[in-house]
Amino acid sequence: MSAATSSRPAPQRPRVRSRGRRRSWSWLRGVAVTVVSLVFALPLVWMFAAAFKTNVQVTDPSVGLIFSPTLDNFRNIVEDGEVFRSMLNSLIVGVVSTVLSAVIAVPAAWAVGRFRMHRTGSVVLVARIVPAISLLVPWYYLFAQIGLVGSYTVLVLSHMFVSVPLILWIMIGFFESLPVELEEAARTDGLSAFGAFWRIALPLAAPGTATAALLAFVSSWNNFMFALIFADEDTQTVPVTLFNFISYASTDWGGLMAAASLITVPVVIAALIGQKYLVAGLTAGATKG
Amino acid sequence: MPTTKAPETTPERAALPGPRRPRTTRAPRTFEQANRRLKWAMLAPALVFVGAMIVFPLIFTVNLSFTDAFGAVNADKGYVGFQNFTDALEDSRRFWPAIRRTVWFTIGAVAIETVLGLALAMLMRKAFRGMRWVRTLLIIPLLTTPVAIGILWLLILDPTNGIANHLLDSLGLPPQEFLGSVSQSLPTLMFIDVWQWTPMMTLLLLAGLSTLPEEPEEAARVDGANGWQRFRHVILPMLGPTLATALVLRSVDALKTFDILYATKGPGGGSDFEVETLNVYAYGLTFDYQEYGLASAVLVLFTLFIIGVVVVLRRRAGRKSA
Repeated sequence: MSAATSSRPAPQRPRVRSRGRRRSWSWLRGVAVTVVSLVFALPLVWMFAAAFKTNVQVTDPSVGLIFSPTLDNFRNIVEDGEVFRSMLNSLIVGVVSTVLSAVIAVPAAWAVGRFRMHRTGSVVLVARIVPAISLLVPWYYLFAQIGLVGSYTVLVLSHMFVSVPLILWIMIGFFESLPVELEEAARTDGLSAFGAFWRIALPLAAPGTATAALLAFVSSWNNFMFALIFADEDTQTVPVTLFNFISYASTDWGGLMAAASLITVPVVIAALIGQKYLVAGLTAGATKG
Repeated sequence: MPTTKAPETTPERAALPGPRRPRTTRAPRTFEQANRRLKWAMLAPALVFVGAMIVFPLIFTVNLSFTDAFGAVNADKGYVGFQNFTDALEDSRRFWPAIRRTVWFTIGAVAIETVLGLALAMLMRKAFRGMRWVRTLLIIPLLTTPVAIGILWLLILDPTNGIANHLLDSLGLPPQEFLGSVSQSLPTLMFIDVWQWTPMMTLLLLAGLSTLPEEPEEAARVDGANGWQRFRHVILPMLGPTLATALVLRSVDALKTFDILYATKGPGGGSDFEVETLNVYAYGLTFDYQEYGLASAVLVLFTLFIIGVVVVLRRRAGRKSA
């Protein structure tokens, strides 16, 4: 970006003044950016810190970020095992629903993008608008009658309902940004249309697919409402376990914070590694108008 | 740079007047001419899945809304006409307050998020040292489980043991009840929503800003426009379409907010229903009271309401950018 601006012919204007002004602005900007960063970071830092505090320290606000940490909260969680069981459930539901969603959404996105079927594609995006709860009642009604409530199947299906439109939304834009010439060249060299997708477009779309899959997994990992209704004790996912812990909040803040930290850690790691791609995925389609 | 895409391919395609053109050299076949069956085969699974998960249940909900379904899911039910709808619309104790809270929560939170998000996007527009880290920080709140966010703010805002009142006290301000009080709960949850979702607004608007050409702003600068004038009369109008998309996306999500409300205040949105939005109300009707008929009527109204909001927002946005 800076290369693009510096290669531009410099416009005629009093240089010294504007540079001086710019420096004073950049100082102010530095302060503003720091303040903003703290506003967004501190609550999370506070949570992670509380996870390492004793229950006496948690409830004493004068104990700030400097204290002698304890691992007791995590030790209790490991001994209890419930959080890890539900993390495993979340992992299973998240991975299965994400993989299945990608399998049906990625080819669909390519078809929408390459054959310009945006009208058809937008039908699927209605799923982003309709409130999930208005579908939850009939799903529950139906799944309860065939005795599926409480199974992984229902959880996977309901999470896919969020993931399929999400992956589709991101991948349509991604396929459109790939140069069509490569696929056309492959076609003239004798590949079928499906071959062009399978051998050319799909490998090129790997970063986009990874982004979309990661966001789909996160949305499944975070999903609370579906699991609240469809999961039973054995299939319970992390947000529900966490929710059930809230009632003990007043007696065990430390344990609650340790559990909340544990379910946040994967997200933080994902953000650290894939920041660039995640931002691109989250904002996909927004600039098309 | 993934931002410039469509303009490159379209002129070339527009140059070809029709699918069949008498040409001597063999032109590469365009994808439009390719296997027609293939594209439907590739779309079908996704379309069938989403269709089965939406269309069928929606019809089911509409059907249910005209019945007195109650209690066990396989209990007998009879048709009662529009009874559920009139019941809901005449209910000034739960239904209308829930609508009022939903609207108030959405308008309040999204308005603040838009203003703050825009300010932040302008602040972060030009590259600076540590930009990468700030962006990473920004995406963490919006990827974090809402239930965990609820829990973390429950601790911070705890009336007796929380750091928030401790800070207020050191500033000489009176302590607040926050989520413990009927009147402060909804504004507090709006604040939490703003904390979690302003970054989303910022990222969307940053993406929009990065696609804008630099010349108009440069020209305005040469003509002597100051920073505010350049923002108000050059950047803001160009940013219109992105702003409109961001507003629609955020509003739809804010209208549907459930997790954080339910996690922090529990069923019914608290003892006095103080944060009971339409979503929380419909959830309670269904899964706490098994009032499937009435719940379905509320859900039909809720869905129509959201679709209405999207249509109105899109139409207004379209007029503005035109």
